[in-house]
Amino acid sequence: MSVTTGATVRSEENLKVTRSRRNVAWTGLGALVVVVVLALFPYIVYSGTTAIMVQGLIVLTLASMWNLLAGYAGLVSVGQQAFFGLGAYFVLIPAMHGLSPFLALPIATVGAGVAAFPLWWLVSRLRLGYFAIATWVLAEAVALFIEQIQSIGGGTGMPLPGFAGMDPTLLAAYTYWAALVVAVLAIAAVYFLLRSRLGLVLTAIRDDETAARTSGVRVGLARLLVFVVAAAGCGAAGGVLAIDQLQVVPGTSGGVFSVQWTAIMAFATIIGGLGTIEGPILGTAVYMILEQTLQSYNAWYLIILGLVAIGIALFARRGLWGLVDDRFNIRLFPVGYYLWSPGERRGRQGRQGRQAKGAAGVAS
Amino acid sequence: MSTSANEAPAAQQGTPLLDVRDLIVHHGQLRALSGISLRVFPGEVYAIIGANGAGKSTLLRTIAGLHHPTEGSIVYDGKDVTGLRPEKRATAGIAMVPEGRRLFPSLTLEENLQVGATFARSGPWTIEKVYDLFPWMKERRRQKTSQMSGGEQQSVAIGRALVANPRVLLLDELSLGLAPVIMRRIYGMLPQILSSGVTVLLVEQDVSQALRVATHLQCLLEGHSTLEGRPADVTAAQVEAAYFGSAHPGGQPPGDPPHGGLLAPHAPSEGSEA
Amino acid sequence: MGWVNAIIQGILTGGLYALFACGLSLMFGVMKLVNLAHGDLAVVAAYIGIGVIAVIHIPFLWSVPIVVAIMAALGYVLQRSLFQSAINRGELTTLIVTFGLSIVIENGLLQFFTANSRGIGTGSSLISSSFSIGGLQIAWLDVVIFALAVVVLLSLQYFLSSSKYGRLIRAVADDREAAQLAGADYRHVFGIAAALAFCTVALAGIAYGMTTVVSPTTGTDTILLFAFAAVVIGGLGSLWGTLVGGIVLGVAQQIGAQINISYELLAGYIVFLAVLVIRPQGLTTRRSQS
Repeated sequence: MSVTTGATVRSEENLKVTRSRRNVAWTGLGALVVVVVLALFPYIVYSGTTAIMVQGLIVLTLASMWNLLAGYAGLVSVGQQAFFGLGAYFVLIPAMHGLSPFLALPIATVGAGVAAFPLWWLVSRLRLGYFAIATWVLAEAVALFIEQIQSIGGGTGMPLPGFAGMDPTLLAAYTYWAALVVAVLAIAAVYFLLRSRLGLVLTAIRDDETAARTSGVRVGLARLLVFVVAAAGCGAAGGVLAIDQLQVVPGTSGGVFSVQWTAIMAFATIIGGLGTIEGPILGTAVYMILEQTLQSYNAWYLIILGLVAIGIALFARRGLWGLVDDRFNIRLFPVGYYLWSPGERRGRQGRQGRQAKGAAGVAS
Repeated sequence: MSTSANEAPAAQQGTPLLDVRDLIVHHGQLRALSGISLRVFPGEVYAIIGANGAGKSTLLRTIAGLHHPTEGSIVYDGKDVTGLRPEKRATAGIAMVPEGRRLFPSLTLEENLQVGATFARSGPWTIEKVYDLFPWMKERRRQKTSQMSGGEQQSVAIGRALVANPRVLLLDELSLGLAPVIMRRIYGMLPQILSSGVTVLLVEQDVSQALRVATHLQCLLEGHSTLEGRPADVTAAQVEAAYFGSAHPGGQPPGDPPHGGLLAPHAPSEGSEA
Repeated sequence: MGWVNAIIQGILTGGLYALFACGLSLMFGVMKLVNLAHGDLAVVAAYIGIGVIAVIHIPFLWSVPIVVAIMAALGYVLQRSLFQSAINRGELTTLIVTFGLSIVIENGLLQFFTANSRGIGTGSSLISSSFSIGGLQIAWLDVVIFALAVVVLLSLQYFLSSSKYGRLIRAVADDREAAQLAGADYRHVFGIAAALAFCTVALAGIAYGMTTVVSPTTGTDTILLFAFAAVVIGGLGSLWGTLVGGIVLGVAQQIGAQINISYELLAGYIVFLAVLVIRPQGLTTRRSQS
């Protein structure tokens, strides 16, 4: 591909390639400040507010995972609720045997990640559309299977033991911090994953899968890794939900295995911006606003969310963050490359973070 | 070189049936055509020659409507069709036999022709007439075309385009993958096609074959026009130079305009290049 | 005797599942569109049927062509507008859009009709009765639906193989560009194919509403999943394969139910998973194929 610019290309020694435009240490510092402030919330605000934030943090975790899957690996999974629910159960079961649910969170994370392997094996060879439905079917199957097991509540669910006698405010604070830790770790994981070799591999696959394959890229392995990480993340979020709700209810309409969860994480990601790390953050904010304002009109916020997501998918593919990025050219979490000619103050941005066009097939 | 028996009518004045002006076409960021123009008059056999990657197929596809030019215009029968969808151009009378035949694999021979005839204009060509042109087709018409040889498939593809009764027939690399004797046989059909009132614009890698049938030709190199004129008016050396890009064998890097003496008077002016 | 009855029942149910599946298969075969809202649209058709009967008070049988016509028109419009825009932007967008549509439909139905399930009153005692053959109890309704499925498949096959638009649909499915060069507006052809698929979806929804009750979530809970399972089991690209797949699924479910009533769904899933592992013909291509 020829580089067509007005100017002639300068000699190579003068060009500089960096990961970000401005010193990313500033952004890192900013993120740290934000996290610290958030961590102080239980001391500052009422527990009602932190409860709402727990909801938001759960959705943020889920959305980041869905974004990783669909926006960077090109995998549209409509069955993430399987891992979400499994995570909840992987917190419930140890709790029923005496372990503190908080300590069970890592178990939930790992457990969901492990569960991803056999499920991947089942669906990995399917082409994109059927992959999506298959994940949905699998989620239903997992839910159905779990519901047969009476000892963990069967079809009706089971309360979460382990917090008897704990001070409610303290519990709320601990829950909040757990949710915060999970969300921060999730976003950090995605960020560092994408800056690593895996990120480069994913971009290559997204741009041209065939070329990547013939260059020796292990496409299947890369996607498997992403699938596992996303499953683990969703599992962790499910564990947090269990702690937050103090019960685990299966059931595919309203329970942890409900496809509504996938709908929420998918829509939040799409509205915020698919293929950018900042997108899920923005999208979660939009979701929370909608959910809070329309709370009493139960089904409405999903309808509106869905319609907006459809609209954005069709007309503003990079979502709300994409609009911001186009206008102001900001990257809070840079995962691409910038090219600087000597003396340039604003580097030219390489192609990064665009929505998964390659993996999805080029439109005619 | 000898001119073909099919000379275009000596009178080439009047309006061209196809008038392409200063076409600039991109594939993504790559510029495939840089300011190409051509004029095809009724009854002509206009040949576009050039090496691989010269942009010949891109040119034909753009005329057929499958590519959008970045700049330039296409005027067909006096009407600007630059923005017209491909199917509308087809029903207006521009039919293309695409590179690689592109028959419908799950359809039989006859069904392929029937599809071609679905939106046909009125005219002499019918499925029966195509069977007259290619007699072997009649008994094999219920066969799937994927089982046929390259030459047979090419005939079906031509038949599918003819059945629509076009005024301009675009032929993209007819000889591709065909043995020379088959190719000659196919090109031998041209007189009958022309006599029905069809004008032909073809793209051909095999230069000698093109020169045998063409009444007018243009040579492309890396998206630029390097030669234009009638076969009778150009020498073998000129063609070779235009094809390969320099006065010396081996060619020279693209981007610089070919050196003087090769450009025929009608060649378009060069625009700025990357 | 229960086993034979179960198998017969499974076969007949297979007809219903084939009805579920053929629309999904058709839309994928022609425009490479996996419609995640497929099942929900069938539920919409059922609700339209219920609504039409409630409002116009016509005999049930008369409502069927009305619902089919409405759905066919809806299919054409949806395809030309929403689906075509999504297709132009790639497979990822298509999935997102159809998934979004599914959620919107489901929650829309929930909002306006509540979560209560409804059934379509068939009104005719003939259909709601059953008959006996050699000790087996067979419901007329199941036989009628199976027959309907066969008729639909036959009609589809005939249409695709012998009619002008059937040929065009096959041609466009084979090679969109070549069809354009022949003068076919592929967007219109896609629309026709979608209308056709939506006809089957309408019939599927009505049929399902007749056998049991539908609720807003039935679309994904049941119809989409079974349709997909039938397609997987029967093999992609084959209309009659959806019948085979439907029958296998139905029989598996009934056998499972014979073993233990709560195993009915699970048995179906197991068969589906087994086929996915052993023989996913036609579903597996390199993912970057557009």
